[in-house]
Amino acid sequence: MNYVSSDLKVVGTRPIRPDGVEKVTGRAQFGADMRMAGMIWGKVLRSPHAHAKILSIDTSKAEKLPGVKAVVTAKDFPHIANEEAFVGEGPMNFRDLSRNCLAWDKALYEGHAVAAVAAATPAIADAALELIDVNYEVLPYVIDVEDAMADNAPVLHEDLFTAGVEPKPTKPSNIAKVVTFKKGDAEAGFKDADVIIEGRYTTKAVHQAYIEPHACLCWHNPDGQVMIYSSSQGHFMVRAYCSKLLGINIANIRAVPLEIGGGFGGKTLVYLEPVAIALSKKAGRPVKMQMTRDEVFRASGPTSGATMEVKLGAKKDGSIVAARQVLKYQAGAFPGSPIGPGCMCGFAMYDIPNVDVVGYDVVSNRPKVAAYRAPGAPISSWAVECALDDLARKLGKDPIEIREQNGARNGTKTHYGPTHQNIGFLETLKAAKNHPHWQAPLKPGQGRGIACGFWFNIGGESSAGCHIGEDGTVVAVSGNPDIGGSRASIGMMVAEVLGVPAEQVRTIIPDTSSIGFSFLTGGSRVTFATGMAATQAAERVVEDLKRRAAQIWEIPVEAVEWKDGKAYPAGSNAGAFEPLDLATLALRAGRTGGPIGAEVSLNAQGAGPGFGVHIADVEVDHETGAVKILRYTAIQDVGKAIHPSYVEGQIQGGAAQGIGWALNEEYIYDKNGKMDNSGFLDYRVPVASDVPMIEAVMVEVPNPRHPFGARGVGEVPIIPPMAAIGNAICAATGVRLHDLPMSPPKVRAALDEVAPKMAAE
Amino acid sequence: MTKVVITGSACQRFTGGRTELEVAATTFRRLVLELEERFPGLGKQVEEGMAVAIDGEIFQDAYSAKFSPDSEVVLIPKIGGG
Repeated sequence: MNYVSSDLKVVGTRPIRPDGVEKVTGRAQFGADMRMAGMIWGKVLRSPHAHAKILSIDTSKAEKLPGVKAVVTAKDFPHIANEEAFVGEGPMNFRDLSRNCLAWDKALYEGHAVAAVAAATPAIADAALELIDVNYEVLPYVIDVEDAMADNAPVLHEDLFTAGVEPKPTKPSNIAKVVTFKKGDAEAGFKDADVIIEGRYTTKAVHQAYIEPHACLCWHNPDGQVMIYSSSQGHFMVRAYCSKLLGINIANIRAVPLEIGGGFGGKTLVYLEPVAIALSKKAGRPVKMQMTRDEVFRASGPTSGATMEVKLGAKKDGSIVAARQVLKYQAGAFPGSPIGPGCMCGFAMYDIPNVDVVGYDVVSNRPKVAAYRAPGAPISSWAVECALDDLARKLGKDPIEIREQNGARNGTKTHYGPTHQNIGFLETLKAAKNHPHWQAPLKPGQGRGIACGFWFNIGGESSAGCHIGEDGTVVAVSGNPDIGGSRASIGMMVAEVLGVPAEQVRTIIPDTSSIGFSFLTGGSRVTFATGMAATQAAERVVEDLKRRAAQIWEIPVEAVEWKDGKAYPAGSNAGAFEPLDLATLALRAGRTGGPIGAEVSLNAQGAGPGFGVHIADVEVDHETGAVKILRYTAIQDVGKAIHPSYVEGQIQGGAAQGIGWALNEEYIYDKNGKMDNSGFLDYRVPVASDVPMIEAVMVEVPNPRHPFGARGVGEVPIIPPMAAIGNAICAATGVRLHDLPMSPPKVRAALDEVAPKMAAE
Repeated sequence: MTKVVITGSACQRFTGGRTELEVAATTFRRLVLELEERFPGLGKQVEEGMAVAIDGEIFQDAYSAKFSPDSEVVLIPKIGGG
């Protein structure tokens, strides 16, 4: 059933968040909070070298240290073939994943795990790490993406040959893959253009910077049963990956989801869990592991840094006739940067007849990248949205109007193939143009910038349930960890279908043995896909309730309607009966067929894409180069906001992370290939005083493929901030910055560089 | 016949660079079989590694999807997320 045009009573309201009290009182159980009788502590020995052969690992001294219960290396893991495998979570090279958890024959980045110990106390475990003797042969390393692509670069993997080129290479390379997308004839388009804009842009690797470091507690029972307690973006993902890496049957692993202190894509992989299970198996004790912040930075995935070239060609009237982008993305130590979506997203917002995009997936001696909100898109859009701003300036066009003129609408064929349907990009641009922020006056020295973002959003496999308690209250069950408010949104959709208040529904997330499979929480899919499953489960319950009412009244089920949480006779012909509410029907459940409940597992398709438009006002301190964000408005097509406060929170959070990406965040390496800023004092995420109140404006163009019209909302808001701020800086100073982050030293240097030229003019 | 569009390089390596194909299939499963028969390896690649956009709607898993001779069928990389 589709409720988009219904008179909604719960969906669209703002009930108190169900996890709020536990979190503000510090009672919520995160990964590091878990304890178990007999528990011991696991710690990881990490490579001090950016690139080195591991000639030998001698663990004998560590094993003899009193209190040490187990030591493991990669040799304790099964050998896995170098191929992508499918275990329900999409393609994954499990050999690489295994070798990222514990290095095999080479340490590929500083911080790469090479061995692990489990001991009675953390201090003993630390002491044991000191006793492990690793004999390295240090190798030349490469950090920068273009350096890694050079012919004479140190090669990380002797068995890595560039995919996507013909003829198939015979020489190993750090370029794992080349991807191309073409539409029309870009060369001819550029010849036809009146105006050409070109630019070279770079971004640095940035971390998801979730507040909660990775942590787990694992227990390998002697009978082969395994318990995993960890905070992740998918306990089914944790189960599947541990099963594959350690050769354990899935049915023998029970993964329990805990509260998660942020993930943003960074917790869609495993790092500690397989190691903790291996240690637990050897020690015969439950093993707890948790990363320090330093380890999080050095050994868990940031997103790619990149180098890009972008070229736009347009007619004098502003219509873009050709576009080209070359993208080179860091993958980290193993292949798998988000180069594909990066290539697809940069121009996805525009109707351009001739497009040519080439992307390179490049390994280097850095931690393997992990997903980060709209993986790949913020990087490519940083370049495209800045270039588009330059084009508007060169043509004397308003930056919103040039986007409206070229903006994708229903029926626009993208450069990667599909034709857009049911999208709301023009609506978001219109909302931006009509917003008071866009019209507000600026003071001298201040600048305003605008930029846009696109993300596909996804659906996928989800399971959810709806169970009626004996008193008529409701438990909704979700197969997905709640990262951005899905407990609230799922409970609200269930309440809406049942016709009861949101407070009458409690949503829980059971372990992997207690509900059907659900793909991980990512891609902004849960409210869409798992919400769809929960809605269908509630609808099945309503049908069952109607059947029970019909049974009690002895009338056909077709003569019963469900409204506002009660069964009514459908019209006078059905008979004159007092309505039966949920509590009454629940009380009589035993007499009408037993417990009332339903579970639905589905593979949701039809996730509607999302578009966002951000407006930023900035002021630049010419002495220090510091950029102050004065005002920030984020407008987004959200389909239908199930719980508007959570949706606004997603938009604000994405924008705040984008502001950090724009102005300060970066991985800095020293001359030995070691990360130089692996803590929040030196890796500077925005704090409250850096960010103004971000006004979130929700545009609602319903997604017809979701019962309530929902679209994913968590990815889009991190895409526009970098270019919106870059464009604002350009408007304020007349200087176009091409390299992220636009930190004070870089801004100051750029201003100094143009100052003589500007003075001369 | 339905026109299948291949925009990215992931599948073009199987087709010798061809970007458009005419297929007799009207279901995803038949499409996979036909592609595998005509371009060995492509069917497996499409089934396991690609998403399919049918008339603008992206199917991450199109196993049960149907389309008509007039449909726009585009093979694109599977999309993840953060």
